[in-house]
Amino acid sequence: MNKEMALQELVGELRDGMTIGIGGWGPRRKPMALIREILKSDLKDLTIVAYGGADVGMLCAAGKVKKVVFAFVSLDFIPLEPYFRQARQNGEIEVMEIDEGMMLLGLRAAAWGCPYIPSRLGLGTDVVNLNPDIKLVDSPYDEKEWLAMPALKLDAALLHVDRADRRGVCQIKGPDVYMDEWMARAADKTIVSCEELVDTEYFAQGDEARYVFWERTMTSAVIPVAGGAHPTSCTPEYGFDVPHFQEYNASAKEGGFEAYFDKYIKGRSEAEYQQAVGGIDAIRQLPLPVY
Amino acid sequence: MTTPATEYSLAELMICANASAYDNDGEVLVTGIGVLPRIAASLAMLSSNTDIMMTDSEAWLLSEPNPVGKRDADFQPKAETWMGFTRIFDNVWSGRRHLTGGPTQIDRFAQANISALGGDHSKPKVQMLGVRGFPGNSICHANSYLVPMHSKRVFVEGECDVVCTIGYNPDRLPKGYSFDEIDVRQVYTNLGVFDFRGPNRQMQIVSLHPGVTVEEVQENTGFPVHVPASIPTTPAPTEEQLDIIRRIDPHNLRAKQLKDNPPGVRG
Repeated sequence: MNKEMALQELVGELRDGMTIGIGGWGPRRKPMALIREILKSDLKDLTIVAYGGADVGMLCAAGKVKKVVFAFVSLDFIPLEPYFRQARQNGEIEVMEIDEGMMLLGLRAAAWGCPYIPSRLGLGTDVVNLNPDIKLVDSPYDEKEWLAMPALKLDAALLHVDRADRRGVCQIKGPDVYMDEWMARAADKTIVSCEELVDTEYFAQGDEARYVFWERTMTSAVIPVAGGAHPTSCTPEYGFDVPHFQEYNASAKEGGFEAYFDKYIKGRSEAEYQQAVGGIDAIRQLPLPVY
Repeated sequence: MTTPATEYSLAELMICANASAYDNDGEVLVTGIGVLPRIAASLAMLSSNTDIMMTDSEAWLLSEPNPVGKRDADFQPKAETWMGFTRIFDNVWSGRRHLTGGPTQIDRFAQANISALGGDHSKPKVQMLGVRGFPGNSICHANSYLVPMHSKRVFVEGECDVVCTIGYNPDRLPKGYSFDEIDVRQVYTNLGVFDFRGPNRQMQIVSLHPGVTVEEVQENTGFPVHVPASIPTTPAPTEEQLDIIRRIDPHNLRAKQLKDNPPGVRG
């Protein structure tokens, strides 16, 4: 089965009001080329589930978002995401604010076909008070109450990986898969952008197959976009673009998202975007972050 | 033999106090979030508790802590185990972890806030990080806090604007749980060391830094602090500890963490 798709076909796979999981973590390995396609589209009323960074901030700023399911939205070295912050402080979006681990449990529940997973996480905190949809349940095995973390079923997951073949075998060489595997398993359809499209034989070499973390049945479409995580990192290929993030962050104070959007994204193809940020060679040279 | 230092910064005093948090923890995952807590955790791993596990803050468990800040190109981290985020959660949920974080607010119930300030949750006045992993951390394992500037803005009069952690508020205790299961360990500030083991789990003074008075603590705390009969002075760092700190923090990032990098002993 050939799952290769053109970047311009992405939006046709999505609908208004969908619940969309976005892979990566903060400023790390986000499917930003896919996000830029959504920013240029008419899609709206999305519910976003993410360990959020600029992906969430940009979608909020562009008015694409009805609700965000989040534990944090951060650019790491810039702790507070400027446009998520604006959207929250203007009361523009609904939220389901939960613990980082609860989000993983919700994705696992969806992946495993369970309505919920019982957990201690969040008990005794405002996570319970602020989310009336999250119920507490009694256990048949002890006298304690448990938080029933509901399944976070995704209509679609958007992920960025290092390599994939046309059949949907995806490889991540970076040191952390984050929750991408669980996003893929929790979603009705998983659309993956990749740095490099490879032949199936590639995975048979050495230990390459060990860096594949979900099976191709979980992948619906593969979109080759080298540099597609920019300005976020795609370790070990490239780091995040610190000056670009600083400019993005500063735009929230002066000019607003529209100025950023007009300068880099509006009316531009991904190739034109990459030209505007210095070209694919410059992206590949971005130094890896030191933690 | 250990030699108490005579000259040290307040940041170094706070690092050593925070490092002592892990003395009796045994073999647990220790996480220090932020520069001072990370140096403190590294110091503990290299001196008082060599059984500690620490990560590289990315995705590997290290047998020796990495120095903070920029490292030489040929630097080889001593990785021993893969430790991506899903595995961090496995450790959190096992209870075998002790974290030192830096909340924006702490209240009289030992509850902490890093999420948002003011307004309504649908429209906060100031959106901060979100609850992150704080809710889960607080009910699963030991937590300590480091506060660079002890004030009523941090130690708030009422409850935290967003209660991100379970503390010792009787109205929030989940059914079937006991506060003995909640382990808020110690709080390290620029004024002293505190815990929540006073009467009825009230915050109390464990030690005060050189030259700090009880009055100063009370004036800068939004709720009554329990004052024990005798209050020791926070022990000075030893020369041996300072040597290790200089190795962990070769670029002296610790000097930039507190306003004007004050000395440990007030002039």
